[in-house]
Amino acid sequence: MNPRLPALLARLGPFLGLLLVTALFALPAETREHFLSYANLKIVLTQTVIVAIGALGMTLIIVSGGIDLSVGSSIACTSVVGALLLQRGWGPVPVVLAIVGAGACLGLINGLSIALLRVVPFIITLGTLGVARGGAKWLADNQTVNYESSPLNGWMTTADPFGYALPAGVWVAAGLAVAMAAVLRRTVFGRHVFALGSNEAAARLCGVETARLKVAIYAVAGATFGAAGVFQLARLRQGDPTVAVGLELDIIAAVIIGGASLSGGVGTVLGSMIGALIMAVLRNGSQQMGWPTYFQEIIIGLVIIVAVFVDRLRQGRAAVA
Amino acid sequence: MSVPPALELRGIRKRFGATEALRGVSLTVAPGEVHALIGENGAGKSTLMKVLSGAHLADAGEMALAGRPYRPAGPPDARRRGVAMIYQELTLAPHLSVRENILLGLEPARAGWIDVAAARVAARDALAQLGHGELDLERPAGAFGIAERQIIEIARALVGRPRVLILDEPTSSLTGADTERLFAVIARLRDQGVSIIYISHFLEECRRLCDRYTVLKDGASVGSGRMAETTPDALVTLMTGREVRDLYPRNARAPGAPLLEVRALAGGTRLRGADCVVRAGEIFGLAGLVGAGRTELLRAVFGLDPRRAGGVRFSGEDAAARPRGCWAQGVGFLSEDRKEEGLLLSQPLGDNLTLTKLGAFSRAGWIDSGRQTAAAARWIQALRIRCHGPGQPVGQLSGGNQQKVALARLLEHPARILLLDEPTRGIDVGSKAEIYTLIGELAAAGKAVVVASSQLPELLGLCDTIGVMCRGALVAVRPRAAWTEAELLRVATGAAAPSS
Repeated sequence: MNPRLPALLARLGPFLGLLLVTALFALPAETREHFLSYANLKIVLTQTVIVAIGALGMTLIIVSGGIDLSVGSSIACTSVVGALLLQRGWGPVPVVLAIVGAGACLGLINGLSIALLRVVPFIITLGTLGVARGGAKWLADNQTVNYESSPLNGWMTTADPFGYALPAGVWVAAGLAVAMAAVLRRTVFGRHVFALGSNEAAARLCGVETARLKVAIYAVAGATFGAAGVFQLARLRQGDPTVAVGLELDIIAAVIIGGASLSGGVGTVLGSMIGALIMAVLRNGSQQMGWPTYFQEIIIGLVIIVAVFVDRLRQGRAAVA
Repeated sequence: MSVPPALELRGIRKRFGATEALRGVSLTVAPGEVHALIGENGAGKSTLMKVLSGAHLADAGEMALAGRPYRPAGPPDARRRGVAMIYQELTLAPHLSVRENILLGLEPARAGWIDVAAARVAARDALAQLGHGELDLERPAGAFGIAERQIIEIARALVGRPRVLILDEPTSSLTGADTERLFAVIARLRDQGVSIIYISHFLEECRRLCDRYTVLKDGASVGSGRMAETTPDALVTLMTGREVRDLYPRNARAPGAPLLEVRALAGGTRLRGADCVVRAGEIFGLAGLVGAGRTELLRAVFGLDPRRAGGVRFSGEDAAARPRGCWAQGVGFLSEDRKEEGLLLSQPLGDNLTLTKLGAFSRAGWIDSGRQTAAAARWIQALRIRCHGPGQPVGQLSGGNQQKVALARLLEHPARILLLDEPTRGIDVGSKAEIYTLIGELAAAGKAVVVASSQLPELLGLCDTIGVMCRGALVAVRPRAAWTEAELLRVATGAAAPSS
């Protein structure tokens, strides 16, 4: 067998998945016309933004062999921080910086705890899931935080006067994805992340400062969760401390559907982005088919299992070849 | 004689995709015989054993067990019919007790409730058969050392009353006394009429233990006979298809300035005290039983384990506290455990080769992958690493080629002081010879090389100076000429250890 074939399948797997789910909704006559329209494409892309940006940081963490369960809480917490600052009359640029910085701080806390306490990321971030959610509610005084209009509010809207332009969030997500892909593939930091996830002991032996690296990984990922928080705020146009509950599971699912391995050392940004799109297409399509939400949840759950199963098949074949 | 062979294989073939792993293997094992199965890595030993134990189905050929056709449907079926396999990687559940491990899958039970008394008797019987009835049945298996764990594993195989017992590289992680105990166990089983297939890289071991042998090469059996009627050289020639005259390099080396100085070093959990000096152009051997502290000494020198007392100097400077600083001082470490600690198996060869100095291949954090690939390509050629190219994941290479990648990392760095822990573990004879030659060339080029090994002939063949460790201390350092295998063993077992 051609040894390149499994590698090719590995690259194309998520693409094929995306084609498949798109076909699922494009073929039935009742949805075909609207589903494939440009207006709907714009909606799907906009609905992907938050999960996609979160998936960038999560890809970094999962490739390094870690996990972060506190993402949903981080997004809620950082968006509340942003809303409070807007309420005090801050401009959009300082607010965005503050939100991203708040995310990085939460990530830094995760990273430091993981590296210094030597407790597994699952437990640490399970803890910060509660801490950040509680912190968000505390900051917001347990209610939604409203503010006067801000340019931020236009960043996730699909109703622009020209009808063609994609909202800012989509462009930012795409730009960040390109940047993160380059960092993972082409920088010393990125290759060290792969080394850490592939074999932590070997990385340490080769002089990689694994503790410092972990802190950096969670902090950088935290910054991307902060960026997701920016667009969460832009979408809701208010700071809601109860938003994005369980979103971390969607984000992890996007990364896994995109071909990353939960045991570390494997994963691509492109794959994770397609994973996020697959989930958005499934949600959007099911709505148009008029399927109840529980049906969407079942489908997405099955897609995760199928994606990982296909990945296993592929790796099994690669091992024999 | 009318007694049918315990096991007979004829013309076994097995193909995976385009690769023909087995191309006609024949093997006959008599009842109560220890049969050595030898061959280089990749010769098909593992595949053959998987066919025997039912994990793979042969494409062609016939197998017979005690004269009756044998075609196992899977490992449990093979076990029921009396073919038991002890894998190279131990497969005990560390949290379960010895008894639970031994009877795993064959628990005596009444209506779903385990009959503990019967289980204890069965486990005790199996251990007693091995001469180890004294092991505490209720202790968790993880609390035992590797030698005892292996005994437990064999006991598990014995519960099924096997006719044929297959041992895959059982001594690769044992030394000295533990190996002797294992040999005693094997001899005992043979005397009870069990046929044993013994797979090993260690020819000396096979010659001592085994009655007959079969050699595999490129998926076919190329020779078999009585062990007493052959020589190690003849076996090596059969395995490699060429003659290996002198395994060890004999190049001129002149020891120069001291590069590595270790004074009263204690560290980690086991290392109590070590003093030695290794000079440029010198190969320094570290001998000792498993647990004597060879690996711990190297790890403490390299800053992988914390140093508790004493000092380490590289080229006259105080050593850095951690691996990153040691690499910067020109010191490289090769781990004894390629898979767990040495290599990033899922990552490309090029990344593995350059991991210690990615910074040198980058500008402002961005890697120049062209130069990185070129460096990898250079070593692939220089060391004749068999691979598709710098982008291939290292996990897909054979053991010998993986080891070359791990070594090339030290050369590319480049390290002047090389700490090599078991540099030839688990690799075939041909690759071993290449690695010995390489180590000789490195020393001749003025590098200081420390080789820790559990293979005494390897140390005696390769090194200029040999130090012996015993119970965490480096107890004797002498030039090679002052050592014999017996003397090394005597010091290593503590028979001649000075009080400390």
